[in-house]
Amino acid sequence: MPADPSLRARAQAGLQLDAGLVCRVLEAFIRDEIGKFGIQRAVVAVSGGIDSAVSCALAARALGPAQVRAVLLPYRTSNPASRADAETLVERLGVSSVVIDISAAVDGLLRELDDDPSPLRRGNVMARARMMALYDQSEAFGGLVVGTSNKTELLLGYGTQFGDMASAVNPIGDLYKTQVQALAEALDVPCAIREKAPSADLWAGQSDEEELGFGYAPADQALYLLIDEMYRPADLTAAGFDAALVCDLQRRVVRSQFKRRLPVIAKLSNRTIDRDFRYPRDWGR
Amino acid sequence: MRDFRLALAQIKPTLGDLERNLERHLDFVDRAAAAGADLVVFPEQSLTGYFLSDLVADAALRRGAELLQPLRQASRGIDVIFGFVEETDDHRFLPAAAYLHHGEFAHVHHKVYLVTYGLFDEARDLAAGSSVRAFDTRFGRQAMLICEDLWHPTTASIAAADGADVIHGLSSSPGRGVAGGRGQLGSAETWRRLNRCYAQLHVCYVAHCNRVGFEDGVNFWGGSEVIGPDGEPLARAPEFEEALIVADLQDAALRRQRARLPLRRDEDPALNSREFARLAARRYQTDAG
Repeated sequence: MPADPSLRARAQAGLQLDAGLVCRVLEAFIRDEIGKFGIQRAVVAVSGGIDSAVSCALAARALGPAQVRAVLLPYRTSNPASRADAETLVERLGVSSVVIDISAAVDGLLRELDDDPSPLRRGNVMARARMMALYDQSEAFGGLVVGTSNKTELLLGYGTQFGDMASAVNPIGDLYKTQVQALAEALDVPCAIREKAPSADLWAGQSDEEELGFGYAPADQALYLLIDEMYRPADLTAAGFDAALVCDLQRRVVRSQFKRRLPVIAKLSNRTIDRDFRYPRDWGR
Repeated sequence: MRDFRLALAQIKPTLGDLERNLERHLDFVDRAAAAGADLVVFPEQSLTGYFLSDLVADAALRRGAELLQPLRQASRGIDVIFGFVEETDDHRFLPAAAYLHHGEFAHVHHKVYLVTYGLFDEARDLAAGSSVRAFDTRFGRQAMLICEDLWHPTTASIAAADGADVIHGLSSSPGRGVAGGRGQLGSAETWRRLNRCYAQLHVCYVAHCNRVGFEDGVNFWGGSEVIGPDGEPLARAPEFEEALIVADLQDAALRRQRARLPLRRDEDPALNSREFARLAARRYQTDAG
């Protein structure tokens, strides 16, 4: 089969956003899905990265800046520039903020371990310590947790379960990374945040794209075609996509499926939660 | 057809809260009456909300239900079309669109094409209807179809062949498709194309009433509209917010368009009947074979 160059163009076009329309839907989503619980406030973990900047900006527009608390959660090895970027964002949006240093909590836990945890384990501990502090702020501020995981990382499983993946409502979970980047521009997120290389910032010099082994732009195009358009991997390679990349993406999506679902429950009764006991989340809301 | 003023009530139902939704209906009936409307139309499952899942059995109603009395009472002022889930004597639950006139059910349509793919799972919880009929109202013949029904062009063809001058589409259409350059949601674009197409090809009025609000993160985009028999929009509601819109439907417009474009006159039910009978027999043989 000859290569089909139009497939890449199709992906590029499909990933283009009508930013005004998307903002309108997402602001209404935040207002509505939080408001249903009798709550008008939100808390967002703001890292200085682009995903949390977009979630926080959307929450501020949806609820008003006074109703949003940005929670900054630095660890002692975090890049100081991240904190500065987060503070610039907070100032620009006019939201309230609080800084909770997780170093003592994380180091306290790590000290109790009798082996030398890998960077991955350390990263997971940090992500879960942040989740703990964030959910505490949810209760303290009286706001629901607005999520910051985008579609690319949710599909790839590039996040910590019960850590940064935890939230009550997630406005950006159906937007690929490159779409979040486009939305950031429309939301007037500070340049410094938009232009730096994406990083989980769990240790110095960490880079998403280095760690993943591929760039977000080609990955998003391939994922868009595989997931949204339901092309098969062979269609992509025939169209000139890198076979190793397509194979790696496909493998990551399959392997991380468990992270996107509730823990599996052993079925015993006739009506098992989420299997045959199926009620909408907005039950009675 | 007799000239009349049609209102579309683009409301935001609350999932599973029938009492609250009833209040919303009564409020919009009042507003429609105040706007001089003769008939007000609500969206699909306007009384129950859409993604009911296991709530279906709790939300389903018999026609005689006490809860419906105030709405029946309100239909003594102006006619009302609303959406609910009807429970039959043998306890099937069917998505329904009801036409209320002077306190009585003048007609009920049950959704014939349940939608069970993608984000939809209707056939798990609901039973499908088995007929498409136009019916007489005090303004002439009309027909009601529900959302997925209209993704099967044959339903509108039957309604038109049965003499409907107005086809009402009641929807709970989720908004999706946000690719740039279109200026509207993909689902909105498709619906607008369908509505115009049906009006123009069947040379009748099409009224599409879609809900707004969110259920489990899914948005319903609204954008309800009335299309004239020439395929041109007469009135359109905004997107994503509750609204009441009105349009004046005129027999003269129908007459003019049908004189110019006698598609309806030339439609041949006997041809359709023969060919569909042949195809149905073939499908039966294939399935049996």
